[in-house]
Amino acid sequence: MSTSAGTGTVTLARRAGFARDLSSVALRALRLTARDKESVIPGLFIPLFFLVVNIGSLQSFVEGNLPPGFDFKGFQLPVSVIFAVTGVSRAGSLVIDIQDGYLDRLLLTPVNRVTLLLGLMVADLVVVTVLGVPVVILGLLIGVSFETGLVGMIVFILIGTAWGVAFTGFPYAIALTTGNPIAVNNAFLLFFPFAFLTTAYVPQGQLTGWLAAVADWNPVTYLLAGMRALVLEGWDWTAIGRAFLAAVLVGVVSFYLAFASLRGRVRKG
Amino acid sequence: MSAAISARGLVRRFGETLAVAGVDLSVATGEIFGFLGPNGAGKSTAVRMLTTLLSPTEGSAEVAGFDVERETEQVRLRIGVALQESALDPKQTGREILDLQGRLYGLDAPVRAARIAELLELVDIGDAIDRMVATYSGGMKRRLDLAAALVHRPEIVFLDEPTTGLDPVSRSMVWDEVRKLNRESSTTIFLTTQYLEEADSLCDRVAIIAKGRIVAQGSPTELKRSIGADVIIARVAPDDVTRATAALRAVPELGHVEATGDSIVVGVSNGGTAISPVAVALSGANVHVIELTMRTPTLDDVFLETTGARMRDEEEGALR
Repeated sequence: MSTSAGTGTVTLARRAGFARDLSSVALRALRLTARDKESVIPGLFIPLFFLVVNIGSLQSFVEGNLPPGFDFKGFQLPVSVIFAVTGVSRAGSLVIDIQDGYLDRLLLTPVNRVTLLLGLMVADLVVVTVLGVPVVILGLLIGVSFETGLVGMIVFILIGTAWGVAFTGFPYAIALTTGNPIAVNNAFLLFFPFAFLTTAYVPQGQLTGWLAAVADWNPVTYLLAGMRALVLEGWDWTAIGRAFLAAVLVGVVSFYLAFASLRGRVRKG
Repeated sequence: MSAAISARGLVRRFGETLAVAGVDLSVATGEIFGFLGPNGAGKSTAVRMLTTLLSPTEGSAEVAGFDVERETEQVRLRIGVALQESALDPKQTGREILDLQGRLYGLDAPVRAARIAELLELVDIGDAIDRMVATYSGGMKRRLDLAAALVHRPEIVFLDEPTTGLDPVSRSMVWDEVRKLNRESSTTIFLTTQYLEEADSLCDRVAIIAKGRIVAQGSPTELKRSIGADVIIARVAPDDVTRATAALRAVPELGHVEATGDSIVVGVSNGGTAISPVAVALSGANVHVIELTMRTPTLDDVFLETTGARMRDEEEGALR
């Protein structure tokens, strides 16, 4: 409790602390996500659809042009997980908070400003982890098997989670900079070069020309390589390490943009 | 009595636009202070600066004894704010909103539960507290917004146009809640309003703001008395307004004379004795008088006297 000289009321307010601020913001975000299933679940059908369709249409062609034993189903599973977790964030609801003035209400409290964004990202972490699971289950149902077993499956989902969370910084940066829901919805377009200028459909060795050069610089290439290693090859620590590193590097860039945008919005009022 | 809120030369620019043009004010502890002005006058911008949401371009302000720019956290711990639009999340229940507010102000679970129970009595939301805010009426949202501003028992409460858009019954309920809050806990209240009767009825002191500047300040009674004890309003033919104004200004025993539209407002110390010279002067100037009425002054008359326009006219000008 604190009071100021000369004022009549004794306020009950005090700083809640970083951890409590973080959990308060994250719990609200998770509660709203649970109530807002329509914004999450439809996005899951797209990767499941692509997994089935890509395998159905391309498996014979790709496997026919590669050495015997190439498993196109296992090769495609990481692509579907990446599609499932990319762009999943609470940025849309953050824009609504900005427009409704609710973000101002939060900014009027002594809440640690960083937790206003970090709390949303904690909630995103839970959501993207959960979203990766049905894709992996579908993969198992259609015959994909993991060379690294159950532990490899968990690491596989964790790489997807790391990437999903790393990517959230971009929509948050757009949300905080523009306060515009359409701009946030279009943030998914940012993923297109990441998703398609890479080894999504054929192995790296089969890419030629400029696409091969771009794919070498695309972090998703290394992400997919690490995840594919867990499914098709075994514990290739170099590939797995590079996958996590790729997610971390993208996360550094996107989080920098997001927190810079948060600072800008807080300062701008 | 010490100042709960003080501001010196507070200025805020948005690019070329000067929203607040040098506000000086002092609000005493335990006072209900009204910031009265039309839309676009700079009221909300001033509130956003005093509540740490916006940095002043120039000047300084202290709230609860702390600088609003350098000691933002200390200020935030001591203030409660209900902004102009009810800042509520429609996908949470009223109780969830109040509970989250309590958590962010560091209140432990039993304290939060006790405060929510107290606030439910104050703002009378009833069972709706466990419904989604999306289902609330405008009045209920306003009252929940007020409750959210009070969860941590702030020393100073800022209410930015707390009754705008409410029906008369809801408005009256909010007024009662504000009075009760001030009476029972001596909470200092800073409220902005565009409603003259709200400022008149609720506030101990009022500052009238127009185009970012405070043009008059004092208790509603003092401000109205500055115009005169009574006001005589002469509605005349539109072509006669200039001539009528000049004729009335020439009468020595009359006070302030201001023209607004097709009416001339005359502040007088005694309406009963002044109405005759007014009628004689208008007749002598060959003015076609449509209506001649007398009443006690309002804050709108003070606004007219200090700015040369009615609040409604000023508002329309701001919107153009």
